[in-house]
Order: sequence, then C-alpha cells, then structure tokens
Amino acid sequence: MHPGSYSVEVIVENKPLARDPEGETIHHNLIVKGGYPQVTKVRAGKLLRLSIDADSPDHARQLVKKLCDDLRIYNPAAHVCTVRIVG
Amino acid sequence: MAKVAVVRYPGSNCDLDALEVLQKVVKTKTELVWHNDLQQDNYDAYVLPGGFSYGDYLRAGAIAARSPSLKIIREAADNHKRVLGICNGFQILVEAGLLPGAVLRNSGLRFIDTWTRLRVETNRTPFTSSAKKGAILRIPIAHNEGRYYSDTEDLVKLEKNEQIVLRYVNEENEPTLDANPNGSLDNIAGICNLEGNVMGLMPHPERASIPLMSPDGQEYGRVIFDSMLSTVKDRGEN
Repeated sequence: MHPGSYSVEVIVENKPLARDPEGETIHHNLIVKGGYPQVTKVRAGKLLRLSIDADSPDHARQLVKKLCDDLRIYNPAAHVCTVRIVG
Repeated sequence: MAKVAVVRYPGSNCDLDALEVLQKVVKTKTELVWHNDLQQDNYDAYVLPGGFSYGDYLRAGAIAARSPSLKIIREAADNHKRVLGICNGFQILVEAGLLPGAVLRNSGLRFIDTWTRLRVETNRTPFTSSAKKGAILRIPIAHNEGRYYSDTEDLVKLEKNEQIVLRYVNEENEPTLDANPNGSLDNIAGICNLEGNVMGLMPHPERASIPLMSPDGQEYGRVIFDSMLSTVKDRGEN
C-alpha cells in the first residue's frame, strides 16, 4: 500500500469502427502533407487528467474506472475508454 | 388539455421557440421548467429543447444527462408518457441511455445550419402518427454534433424494430450520401425507443411550424407536435 495522491489519465476515443474525422483531417492535411508520410494513422480523442487521493495506484485506477462507467464519461456505444496511472 | 413541460438546462437556447410553438401554434398548455425544479412527473409530455447545455463540455448532452431531472423524465418514459428530444435534447436522451447509440461530431467538422428534406420512415410512433409513412418534411438542422452512430448489431435492431423514424433524403426522396448533411449512419435524422414514446431528432421542428418561417411557406414541423399531443388525448391522459 502506498497512500498518496495519484495522477490518473482517462483517454476517450472513438471505437475503431466509428469514423474519426478530426483524426483523419489531422493525419491527411497536417501530418502527411507536412512531410511525414510514414505516419499511417491518427486518432483524435479527449484526455482528462485526474488527481486522486487513494491507498494505492490500483485503488486509484479502480476508482477512476468506476466513475467513468457510473457517470458515463464515455459513451460505450461509440467510445473506448483507457484509464492509466501516470504519476 | 395535455400539459407539456419544456425542460430548460443551463445553455438551452431553443426552449423559448419550442414554448412559443406549443403554446401559440399547437395551442396546448405548456410550461417552461428549469431542470432542477422538475421534481415530480406532473406532465403528459416532456420536450428537451435544443441548445448547448453545459457548454457541450465533455460531450454534447453528457452533463445534462446526469441532471436529477432525467430521473423524472425516465420515470415518465417508463409510464408511457411522451418524451421528445430536439437537437441537444436528442443528445441528452442518448447520453442518458433513454435512446440507443451516440451522436458524434459532424463528419465535415463544421457547424451546419441548413434546411433538410426528411422522410418519415414509420408512423407507428406517437410523434409521427399524423403523418403518412414516406411523407417528406422540410425541417432545418443547426448543429455541430449530429452524426448518429451505433454499432452494426444495434443498427440492425433499430431497423427491425422500426425505431428509425426520420432519414435525410434528396429531391428524389432517396437517402443518398449527398442528402446526408453530417455523416449520420444510414442517413438517420431521428430515432425512437422500442416502445416509441421517446423520440430524438437532430432537425428542429419548432423552427418549421409557422409558415412565415419556412422558405416554402409550409409548417412541416407541426406534424411532430400535433401527433405527440393527439396521441396523448387519444389515450385519455389529460
């Protein structure tokens, strides 16, 4: 157990089958046209960074996962949600 | 007479238009209700108007969907009452899980404000019962997040259960790519729940319910409100 404050990131992005026009535009019109053709794909999403007081990194991650589901931080019909400890 | 609530959230901005049409055109008793003041299911029908509730933060409709008012609206829907979500109201109903799927950012990444042609795909809902199946309605849209999305499995269910209520169509009344303003799956402009008593649509029927406001002098939007209220009366729920 390592009680303390943890920094947790939540990344919400469209499911692979849901088109992501923002990512496509950044990819084609900025990155590829800007001289980086080796980049084959870009997906845009939303990042939330939360500071959590918890007993351990695992508890911090579990709490954030639960709140993402409870409060529908993402729409499971269209999005995938990744939760990760960053500090 | 049926009593309707237009539920106002911080950032709603089509609430007064809906109120005006319901009171003065459709001529039914309608009250504007601040979302936190909606504490009991005292109405026959609920309209969630367009706008930008909570600044569209997180996702359009996502924060309003957690408002306590949605508990009352969910209860009303469970009691077979009418719930109509227009534009941001549609997004709220989707985010609250009262309607399936998601409403994503327009494929063109731009806010679109234009008149559309809509085909009535079913008249089994209380919101289209006064229209003929296949009828064409000219109603405007105004949104940045209107791209309806669901996974393939859910889309098959929507089709099978006649939950797709309106589609964007071209001059030949076909749901072509050109007629699709925002990249919606299968040109979907409006859907309903399984029972049919909860409907959401991106177009604004309240902006097409007075002849003076329509380019062709029609009032196509009225059929949505007229149907909604005529079915309430039919059921003797005054």
